[in-house]
Order: sequence, then C-alpha cells, then structure tokens
Amino acid sequence: MRKGQYRFVAGFLLVPVALYLIFVIWPYIQTFGYSLTDWKGQSQTFEFVGLDNYRALFRDDVFLEAIWHNILFLVFIPVITILLALFFAFMVNAGGRSRAGGVQGVAGSKFYKIVYFFPQVLSLAILAVLFNAVYRSDGGGLLNGFLIKLGLVDAENPVEWLNEPSIVLWALMVVVIWNSVGFYLVLFSAAMQSIPRDVYEAALIDGAGRAQSFFRITLPLLWDTVQTAWVYLGIVAMDMFVLVSSMTQNMGAYGGGPDHHSDVMSTVMMRNFLYYGKSGYACAMGVVMLLLTLILSVVTLRATRRERIEF
Amino acid sequence: MGSTSAENHGSGTTGTSGVGRRDLIKRSAALGLISVPAMSFLSACASGGGDDSGGNNTQGKTSKSNPFGAQKGSKLDVVVFKGGYGDDYAKAWEADFGKKLGITSTHTGTQEITGKLQPRFNAGNPPDIVDDSGAQQIKIDVLYKNGALLDLGEVLDAPAVDDPSKKVRDLLIPGTLDPGIQEGKVVALNYIYTVWGLWYSGKLFKEKGWTPPKTWDDFLAICQDAKKQGIGGLAHQGKYPYYINVAIMDLIAKKGGIDAVKAIDNLDPKAFVGSDAAQAGVEAIYEVVEKGLLMPGTNGLTHTESQTRWNQYKAAFITCGSWLENEQLKQTPADFDMKFLPMPLLAGSKMPFEAIRAGSGEPFIIPAKAKNLPGAKEFMRHMLSKDWSTLFAKEANSLTILKDGVDPSVKLRPGTQSTVEASKAAGSNTFRYLYPDWYSEMDTALQNASNELMAKRIQPKEWLKRCQAAVDKQAKDPASKKNHHD
Repeated sequence: MRKGQYRFVAGFLLVPVALYLIFVIWPYIQTFGYSLTDWKGQSQTFEFVGLDNYRALFRDDVFLEAIWHNILFLVFIPVITILLALFFAFMVNAGGRSRAGGVQGVAGSKFYKIVYFFPQVLSLAILAVLFNAVYRSDGGGLLNGFLIKLGLVDAENPVEWLNEPSIVLWALMVVVIWNSVGFYLVLFSAAMQSIPRDVYEAALIDGAGRAQSFFRITLPLLWDTVQTAWVYLGIVAMDMFVLVSSMTQNMGAYGGGPDHHSDVMSTVMMRNFLYYGKSGYACAMGVVMLLLTLILSVVTLRATRRERIEF
Repeated sequence: MGSTSAENHGSGTTGTSGVGRRDLIKRSAALGLISVPAMSFLSACASGGGDDSGGNNTQGKTSKSNPFGAQKGSKLDVVVFKGGYGDDYAKAWEADFGKKLGITSTHTGTQEITGKLQPRFNAGNPPDIVDDSGAQQIKIDVLYKNGALLDLGEVLDAPAVDDPSKKVRDLLIPGTLDPGIQEGKVVALNYIYTVWGLWYSGKLFKEKGWTPPKTWDDFLAICQDAKKQGIGGLAHQGKYPYYINVAIMDLIAKKGGIDAVKAIDNLDPKAFVGSDAAQAGVEAIYEVVEKGLLMPGTNGLTHTESQTRWNQYKAAFITCGSWLENEQLKQTPADFDMKFLPMPLLAGSKMPFEAIRAGSGEPFIIPAKAKNLPGAKEFMRHMLSKDWSTLFAKEANSLTILKDGVDPSVKLRPGTQSTVEASKAAGSNTFRYLYPDWYSEMDTALQNASNELMAKRIQPKEWLKRCQAAVDKQAKDPASKKNHHD
C-alpha cells in the first residue's frame, strides 16, 4: 500500500520535476560550471581557471556600477509603482464621496479601471519603440516637441533625455512604472473588493475619514497582495534588460550608455558573453545575479511577513 | 470546514510520504551529481565527433574545375544576414549553384545571427557558410578565438573561376582581405567593397551654391552657412557612436598618415596621448560641437532617425559607409542625388584629400565544423567570379571586392556610382583601421569616449586620455601580441 502510494506520487511528479531539472536546475549548474572556466562561447574548448572570473568581477567598475543601478531600480520601482497603484485602486474602489448607500469608488471608476490597464497589454518591445518616440532627442520627440512649443526648451539644443547621465535612469523608470501601475491597480482592486463592505461601513459610522479607512483598514487587509507585488516588481527591477538594451546609447552592444550610466547587470553580462566573447566571465556575472535575486526574495518575504488576518 | 479537514488529512499522510519526498530529493540530487560529468563527457564527444564527420560524406572527386571536390546532390546550409542588402542576391547565387553544380542549398535570411547561430556553433553543428554581419553578428575575433573558423587560404589559392590560370586572391582589390585576418590567417571574406566618409545631397548643394569642401576650413564654412539658413551642419547617428568615430578616426589617419593608423592598431603607447595627429583630429571634431554646428539632437538619434533627417535636408553632411544608399532607399527623395565625399583635410595632413578609408565589409565565413566543407569552399570560390559579383551588384546595388567585378551593363545608383569615382581617384591612397575587428572591448571604450565628447561632457584632452587608457589596457592582454598591422 505504501509502496503503491509512493509510486503514485512519483508518477505524477516525474514529468514536472524532470522539466524543472532539465530547464531550470541544469542550466544553473552549467552556468556555475562555466563560470569557473575561460569559455569563449562558440565552442566546447576551455580551460579551468578557478575563481579568477569572480576575482575579476569585483574589480570590474562597469559591473559594480551596474549593480548599483539595479539597486536603485529595486528601491524606486516597487515603492513608486505600489504607492501609485494603491492610491488609484483605493480611489477607484472606496475613494468616492460617502453617500447613504455606503462605500464606492470615484465617479467613472469603471472607466478608469479599464483605461489604466491598457499599458499592461503592450509588450516590452512595443513600449521601447513608443518611449523612444517620446524621448527622441530632437524636435520630433513628443517631450521635446511639446517643450519647444511651450518655449521651455531651445529648438537648437533639445534635451537628449536618454543621453543625459542624470536623467537616463529616471527616464527608464518612468517607462516601467507607467507600464506596471495598471496591472497592480487591478490586482489591488480585486483584493480590495474581497474586503467586506461592512468593515468600511463600521469605520464610517465611527467617523473615519478616507485617509483613516485607507491606513487602518485597506492597507492592513491588502498586505499579502502588496507583498506579492513587491516580489514581482523586484524581479522586474533586477532585470531591465529589454528597455536598457533597446533604448539607451550603445556602448558596443546592448545599450548601457551614456558612459555606462544606464548599464544594468544583465546588459553588462550579455555584452561580455556575446560581444566581447568573455562567456565564462559572463557566467560568473550570471551566478552573482542569481545569488542577489535569491537574497532579495528571501529578504523581501521575511521583511514583509505579518500575521494573516482572516475575514 | 470541509477544506480544513482535507488539509488535516493531507498533513496526516505527510508523516509517511515525507520520507518518500526526502528520498526523492536525495535520489534526484544523486542523479544530478552523476549527470554533471556524464553530460560534459557527452558534449565532449559531440564536439569531438563533429570534427570527424566534417567532410567525409560530402567529399567528391577533385578536378581543375572542381578543386575541392564538391559533390553533386549534396546539400549546402547557407545563412545570410538580411539587412541593407537584402538576401535576394544570395537566393540568386544559390539557384545558380544548384544549376551549375547540382548542389541544393537551404537558405536562411535573418537579422538575428547571434541568436540563431551561437547555440549551433557551441553545439558543434554550424551551417556551411554564413554572412556574419549586422548589429547581431557574432564577432569574428570571438569566433576565431574559439577555433570555429576555417582558414580560407585554400579557397583564395585555388584557381579562379573566370581565369583558372590565376589564383582567386590575385583578382581581388588589394587590401580588401585585411579586415578578415586574425593572427595572420584570412578567416573571414569581407565581400562588399565599402568606402567610409561624408555624404551630401547633390541637389541641396546645387540649390545653396555650395561646392564640396576639400579642406576642414571649407567644411566648417559650409556648416556655418547651413546653420544660418536653419539647416544643421553635420549629422551623425549618435545612438551608435561607431559612426562619429568614422569621422574622428579618418581625420586622424589623414593628418598623421598610415603611421597614425598603425600606431592605433598596434597599440602604441603614444597612439593617442602624445600623438599630434590624434589631437588635431579630435579637436577638429570638437570645434563642430562647440560652434553648435551639429544637427540639433543628433547625438541621441538612431542611425535610421538621423539618416532620415538628413534625407529631409535637415543637415548638410552625415558620416557613414557606402551601405548608406541601400539602407535609405525608401526615405531618399528621387532627386536627392546622394554623393560621397572623402573626409576634408586638416592643415598639414600627410595624406591627400582623395585618400579614403576603403575596405570591405559583410564578412562571409566558413565554420571549421561545416558539414559540407567542399561545397562551402566551392560556393565561396564562385562568389568571387564576375558572374556572381554582377548578380550581387544587380540585386544589392553594391560593389564587391572583385577587381572590375561588375558588368558595365548594370546601372548603379548615384551614391554607389560616386563611390566608384572616389575609389578611382583615391587609387592606392586608401587606409583601413583593423582594431575594431581585433579588439571589440577597446573599440567599445573608444566609442564610449566619443559619445561623451559629442555631448560636451568631456574635452578633447580627456578623450585622448580615455582612448590611450583603452589602448594600454588592450596592450596588456597577451593575446594582443599575435595581431600586427604592417
């Protein structure tokens, strides 16, 4: 009986576990193996070099700077996106003027919910094309064209948004946030709708204002969802490959400019892997990325752990 | 309530099946440990096996007209970069190859060379012949260092298709094989004859009464006049600083002569800092920036955005190679009259005005592990025949490295025609930098410095320092000693 049960469980697990091993775990192991070699990417001949790649990594200014850029994204993208999404979700679901009927969203909230979701259906590649047109560095760009018409920018010296070291990271951040807010608005809305109306009504009767009902009721009851959002957005911030490589000034390949001011770990890794042919070295970067991402998820899940409130 | 009882039931059984789960993990871990060496053993076999199966199956009898023994009925796997030149020319070749030799080709035209081919190279299963070009090419130096490329010497020393009494290499424009050389061996055939420099619209110049400038002062004067009339002076494809380096490095080469070129290629400790030519070149370009003679916003534009603006008469000049006309076919007005201009001269230049950066682009390679090596070699030998060169000029409006390789019946577009005249005028006064083909990382650093210069974030002095630092760093790599530009 127990033997049969064991087989039964294993039978079900076999395919998914095999897929997981082959397509997730095995590549990780391979990457780690390659990171200890001077593999150049286009053949299977290489020498074992021990930890040389890792030693070089911590003296590589470009990669270290790229880690800082990821950390900057990691701090600002989740915070801004979640705050905006929470604010909008609250306004759409419970921010309306309180009438006798109880709690409801602002006027036109159904319309907003749909409109906010639009950006989410665009793929990253389309986003890049779209925002390249917004940030275009001459009068043909949406932002520059607008500012030139208003007389705020000289037509002879338009702002090169993506070629300004102090602007480029923020410009990229705007794209991600614009794209994500809608999705998290819908996510938070769904969570908010599962909060029983009578809780709000009770608060209203007790004289709670909008701010109070948000901080005392909505936010605590949404904490699980916020935590999930944080992890997802953290993963987005650790990546950023598509936007950086297709929007920023090219340093050989995969964007990253000006002067590596927008390089993130993934673009530095790809440039080393394919463009410089330092594939073993790039694998070491991949391993560091994996470690950082793992640490990040553990820390996030620990730091945001709270008592679950049942309702 | 029902659900909680189900959970309880479930957790009740974990006590027993928990052992099983741990067992499973242990077993899979053990399996993993075994499979690590097993897989590397297998892959070693795979790459080793690739060597053997190389030519055996497809080697036929050799003869004077078939020097490599390409076998009738065999198959050829051709991968072509489908960019500015399209891939119709390759289809025309393949059809002709099928007719003449009875070898059928599988054709792949793509922009994603790296994405499609890196896994195949790595697995030891590459195509037979590849046009490894475009933004996503696999760098030649990288492939070479991996031992993935065939030494093309055998093809170049074979009898030419047009004149079997001569070797293939003797019918090519001198110097055009150089960019494909790695450590003294030709491993890539850069097929398209390319010239680099400035471009302008004949129509715009006629309208404004400008004559194409021969000196840098005249060039600046035209830029200034253009600016007064609301037109930008110089446009460049700022998002890819490769292009402005065409202008900077050309000025350096013409000012300092071929020695300045070799100093950079050979990683001289005085290639930039301490070189008068380098200083004069970068200061000349910086003058354009400082005087506001760049097309507004050009530093952040992509190549197509920038070139299209230039096609709309928003700038007098643009820097580019001779693929420009093909790339801009759709955007160029019919009466635009595209013209090539060698880089104007700085005072005291060692090279004459007519001197141009000329060379070859669009590297074709034969992977060392190609399945049909004889077929691939024969295909490449035919590429260097007048028939195929003319086919190429017809389909892709461009010149090939075959001397006098285009049948006069083919009418070229104005831009390409002007490059034919410019190369005739240049004669043997041509030069070519080899560092971009040898040192990708150093090239990146140079481009990076130029991007900062154009945005006025650094001055010429700092540019020279940064470039010298990149050169010095490259010189420290022991592998760099194997390359030499003589």
